[in-house]
Amino acid sequence: MIDTLIQGILLGGYYAVIACGLSFMFSVMRIINLAHGSLAVAAAYGLWLLASKFGISPFAGLLIVLPAMAAIGWLLQRYLLERSARGGALLPILTTFGLAIVIDNLMFEQFGADTRSLAPFIGSLSYDSWELPGGIYVGKLAVMTMATAIALLGGLQLFLSRFALGRAIRATAEDPDTAGLVGIDARKANALAAAIAMVTVGIAGAFLAMRATFDPYSGGPQLLFAFEAAVIGGAGSLWGTLIGGIVLGLAQSLGAQVHPQGFLIGGHVVFLAVLFARLFLVGTPIIGRIGFTKTGFAKIRAAIRSTP
Amino acid sequence: MTILSVQNLDVRHGLLQAVRDVSFDLAKGDVLALVGANGAGKTTLLRSLAGAHLPAAGRILLNDQELTLVPSHRRIAMGIALVPEGRRLFSQMTVEENLLLGKTSGRLGDWTIDRVFSAFPNLVPRRHAKTGHLSGGEQQATAIGRALMSNPDILLLDEVSLGLSPLVVDRVYAQLQSLLTSGTTIILVEQDLGRAMGVASRVICMLEGRVVLDSPAKNVTRDQVTKAYFGLHRANTGRAAS
Repeated sequence: MIDTLIQGILLGGYYAVIACGLSFMFSVMRIINLAHGSLAVAAAYGLWLLASKFGISPFAGLLIVLPAMAAIGWLLQRYLLERSARGGALLPILTTFGLAIVIDNLMFEQFGADTRSLAPFIGSLSYDSWELPGGIYVGKLAVMTMATAIALLGGLQLFLSRFALGRAIRATAEDPDTAGLVGIDARKANALAAAIAMVTVGIAGAFLAMRATFDPYSGGPQLLFAFEAAVIGGAGSLWGTLIGGIVLGLAQSLGAQVHPQGFLIGGHVVFLAVLFARLFLVGTPIIGRIGFTKTGFAKIRAAIRSTP
Repeated sequence: MTILSVQNLDVRHGLLQAVRDVSFDLAKGDVLALVGANGAGKTTLLRSLAGAHLPAAGRILLNDQELTLVPSHRRIAMGIALVPEGRRLFSQMTVEENLLLGKTSGRLGDWTIDRVFSAFPNLVPRRHAKTGHLSGGEQQATAIGRALMSNPDILLLDEVSLGLSPLVVDRVYAQLQSLLTSGTTIILVEQDLGRAMGVASRVICMLEGRVVLDSPAKNVTRDQVTKAYFGLHRANTGRAAS
């Protein structure tokens, strides 16, 4: 039982890492990025290419992939999301939905349907573990993922609260018009926020590829887990995202103990319970304020269904 | 010496023309009171001076420098700061964070957080409180302080007394007094005519988007301004009464 709890918490670390970018982008730019999972998989393919073709270790590969992701985030915001945001709140969601399909199928065309993994390129890290008292083993990679989640979310929190750029990003999120009046270039602040979000997506892609396998259509399920973790934790709250990831990981681990098929169902049940509790009990402070979240959720479902 | 020159400015909200052919020059150190009924175009005029609303026609010059189409975030760096109507603070952020945001443009000058706190002592105990939890007077002081943090040459104050009790308005004006006499150029939108004329060196009255009265404050009586305010100075064109 204790083993299940510990493994569940560590799994939650992974969910927090993948939810981080989604939550950050939503809280700062009010954009639900449905291409989140696909972009993470794209980053994973980038690392895989560097490792298999050029023999660059995935950790060194991050030094190349993360700046590239930042650039992608900047360009996405400037040329796609900013333009679509002018068309109303729903349009960016549809845009990222379309983007996800384009990315998935481009990757399929380029890399085929083979499943890949970065595990062969990281030596024994993929299966090494530490033994805790009581005969419980924790994977080194899982512990590393959890540490990354805490560092990433804590770092972002610190950046947003203590640094002038972070304050500018928060101010822009709250009121772009007034942000302009105090001297903040709202477009730049948003593009920077998108770049930061994409860096976290790149990190998420790296962990996805190191801990398991991926294929061109792996983005959908990742998006779903990220979305569930972000919503359970309270969309837009960074520490909440960590809690949300852990709750999701625990629910899945416990679900798997109850029934062999219970892994995914456990997560979904907790997610839906939290969602409905928010809607009916708390007076919809988060979900109700942005009416399109439910639509975004439906889109995610559709995205999952459409993946082969 | 002219610091700000507005020439034939037209500003639109879609089909509605809120500001029509407005021109005036402002000398350094002037305190201009902009008065007029609701919907006369005062706020729109201030917003277009601050760059939050770009004009449809006309020109705005600051120290003979064209800034008609300069966006708001660059205008504050050139020395124009707006205290917007309704204060528009970042309510999720603390007083200190709001003030620090005022420094974004990086203009050099005397204003620091400490100086703002000594100018508005009522903010001192609320330094780390979120501005959403402040009283109206404290919020207004924060909004003015935030604009001052950019060390502006021209300060635009839009309805600082809106939604405040008379007692609090008195306090805000008392705190503004040193600013008003310090040589900062100020444009002030104020519903309270007596108060506006008490502090201003010049009065412009707007009616339906146009300037209907423009005079040094000492040369104009309250009665004249009231007439301009309601449009009574015009010859009766048959539309006053029906």
